[in-house]
This record gives sequence, structure tokens and C-alpha cells, in this order.
Amino acid sequence: MKRIVSLKINGKTVDDVVPDNSLLMDFLRDKQGLTGTKKGCDGGECGACTVLINGHPRLACITLTASCEDQKIETIEGQSKSGRLSALQRAFHENLGAQCGFCTPGMIMAAEALLRKTPNPDIDQIKTALGGNLCRCTGYTKIIKSVQAAAMSGARQ
Amino acid sequence: MTEALPQFTLVRPETLDDALIALQATPDAALSAGGTDLIVRLRKSLVGSDTLIDLTGIKAMNSIDPNENGLRIGAGVTLDQIEHSDLIAQTYPAVVKAAASVAGPSHRQVATLGGNLCLDTRCVYLNQSHWWRKANDFCLKYQGDTCHVAPKGNRCRAAFSGDLAPALLVHDAEVEIAGPTGFRREPLGDLYVEDGATHLTLEPGEILVAVNLPASIRTSDYEKIRVRKTVDFPLAGVAVACDTSQEPPRLWVAVTGTNSRPFLLDPPDDPMLSPADEAFFIALQKQVQKAVSPQRTTMIAPHYRRLSVAALAVRLARRIL
Repeated sequence: MKRIVSLKINGKTVDDVVPDNSLLMDFLRDKQGLTGTKKGCDGGECGACTVLINGHPRLACITLTASCEDQKIETIEGQSKSGRLSALQRAFHENLGAQCGFCTPGMIMAAEALLRKTPNPDIDQIKTALGGNLCRCTGYTKIIKSVQAAAMSGARQ
Repeated sequence: MTEALPQFTLVRPETLDDALIALQATPDAALSAGGTDLIVRLRKSLVGSDTLIDLTGIKAMNSIDPNENGLRIGAGVTLDQIEHSDLIAQTYPAVVKAAASVAGPSHRQVATLGGNLCLDTRCVYLNQSHWWRKANDFCLKYQGDTCHVAPKGNRCRAAFSGDLAPALLVHDAEVEIAGPTGFRREPLGDLYVEDGATHLTLEPGEILVAVNLPASIRTSDYEKIRVRKTVDFPLAGVAVACDTSQEPPRLWVAVTGTNSRPFLLDPPDDPMLSPADEAFFIALQKQVQKAVSPQRTTMIAPHYRRLSVAALAVRLARRIL
């Protein structure tokens, strides 16, 4: 079965016809061209597809598009405003938080959810919030440092 | 290798009655809430159903309500809500700790209490892609006729891996079940049987709607072992509760991850043993080791899990008594 869904993606209202078995990740990447959301393990284990739904971190690879009716979705593409990097993106860039970069969109979105709720997290809170995100380059130290730097910059959007 | 989601029809009822009617109309429908496990199983062709009934729109299942007997937690309450509920933390600390230990933070946003209690059993020969299982002639639980864990046995050994069940068992939780003929309540332990293929005792057309916890003066705790500190399912988990108002203090111990069902086990009942004695803990360790039956359902050896689960029980008991 197909249905019309209306979602808000990065502030823009999107109405589209989607089959019931459409996954949010495929919808974002293939139908909306938002390929910043990465397809990693494709089974809810790696966090590379983390997006925010109503401000909460969610895994796009195990979320049905039809269940997102009327919800606000934010992807990595929504982070930079007018061509300027967000505080988190800048912190990841400056602190070498991205190595190969594949896990980075998911890391940043998970960190974004954390910093909105807890603007000054301690290291354990960062580790817990990023617990579901894998980095195969194992660059965790710099990733945690990047999140701390973004929190300290105080200039988050 | 991953696979596309098969075709299915999604039904989104807004009331429990509508959900029960939908379930009557399509008895083989899969019930879905957070979908954190179901969607993965759908992709691996482990769900033999072409209808999904999404229960998340049913508001009556989404609240935590104190009442004169204790606390009622709707099956649709998310693990994130449980993790951050002061109401639950005050009286049932093991439940909060178990919820906070499930998967990762993004899963807990949507994964529900009902979903965790009705979690399907898991096995290293089952939770694989379709082509992997086909190359192995499938297995007794699904589409095949041999259990690769115990080929000479006649039942599925897949392990139950929910974290909430043991924490609720040590607090004497009861489940509330809605069905075509009305509501029924039963002790949580009766929801399960020791058979990995059909470990739930829910009848066709029934939906788990809530968990009722009696008022409690017990302190409690929960811990589990796993390879990765988040996301992984438990290789073994233990919940303990203790009533220190009794002399000697009474202990409750429940386990998950070792058998096809979570279960409460009796603490050492030798009246000569007091929790103040080292002999009590040695007896507890032996008792847990004897009660559990971990199988080759995970990459970690059964013997290690048997020793670990007993060690966990002793560690928690020492901490709590």
C-alpha cells in the first residue's frame, strides 16, 4: 500500500507518496537526495544514519517513513546555515574529529541532540550519547574532544 | 549483506479496540511499536507476515500511572521514558537501570516496554540474512527442521534477550493482556515458556497492554554482560531485589539471556545460611550456575556465560544485601 505523507525536512515541508515499506533512510537518500545520512550497517547497529526526529536522535535505517507523518526531521544537511558550518561541524573540522568521515554525519547529529538537552556535558554523558555510533577508524578520542570543543565554544546555533 | 524490506501493509489504529479488530481481521499480523528489532527481522525475512499493526498511536498504552496498588506502566511507554522516570526510579531502581542499558540512546527513544517484554528470542543461527540461513538449511525456529545448536533435541534453544523482564520479575510484576474476550492479568513469569520457537504464551488476537507493579519496599539492581558496552543484546543479565525489613533479609534473583525465557530463581533456602555468611554467596553462585542453561546461541561460549551470570548474581547480591 502507498500513502501520502507530509513531513518537515530541515525546515522545509515535503509531501510525497511513499509505500508502507519505505525506510526513512532510503526516502531521504534516494527521493530527497539528502545523501549526507549514511547507510552503514543497515541494521540499527552503527549509528551512521542518525537523524533527529522532533529533536531526538533516531536511526533512519530502522524507521518507516510512514511513521514520520507530521514530524520534524533534521539531517546533517540542515546543520550549516547560509553556507556557514555549525559549531559542531566546525569543532569536528578543527579538532580532526572526522577521519574517513563516514560516521561523522551520525556522530554530529547524535551530538547535536545531546548538546541541545545538555549544553555542557561531561565526558561520560558524551560517551553515553554517542554510544550507538561506531567509528571504524576508531577516532573516538578526537570525536569526544570535538564535542567538548563545540560545547565550550558557546556559539552553537 | 542487507536486504530490502518486503512488501507489507501498515495499519495504524488509534485505539486499543481498533487494534484488536485489526488483529482479528489479520491474525498473523506482526505487532509493531518502536520497530527497533522488528524492522531488522523483517529485512532478514524472519517475519512471516504481510501486515504490520503499529501500536504507537494508541494513547491509552503510553502512560505511567501510580494507583493505590502500585504503578501501572503502559506497554507503549518508551525505554527512554522509563530511564528518565523519577517515579519508577524511586521504587523500582532495577527497572530503570535495565531500561537504560538496552541498546543505544537512539533505539531507546522509540523502543517500548511491551516490545522489550515480547522481544523475539535470538540465536547465532537465526539472526542472519536469508541467504546465510538458506545455505544452512534454515533452522528449527523458522523455515527449517533442525536446531543447529542442539541437533538431537526437539526444541528451539534460541535465547530470550530482553532486559526489562528480569528487573520486573524481581518486583513481582503482573502483565495486563487484552484479547477478543476482554482483559486478563497474570504474573509476568507466566508470559513465557522455555521454548525458543514459541516463548510467549499470548494467544492469537491478544495484545500486551500494560505492566502492573505492586507497591514495593525492596531495593533492586540490574547488570548484564555483553561484548560491546552499548547496542549489543545481553549475553546474560541478572536482576536482584532485596527486602531488608525481613530478618534474615530476603533476596529475589531473576536472569535473562541464558535460556529461552527469563525466570525467577529461588535463593538459597537453607535456613542455616544467612546473607551475612560467605557460605550464602557460595551457595547462591552454585544455585545460579545450576539453574541456567546457556547454549551455543551466541559467539560467546556457554560455559563462560554460565560462570558470568552466577558471578553477576553474587556481585549484585553482595552490593544490595
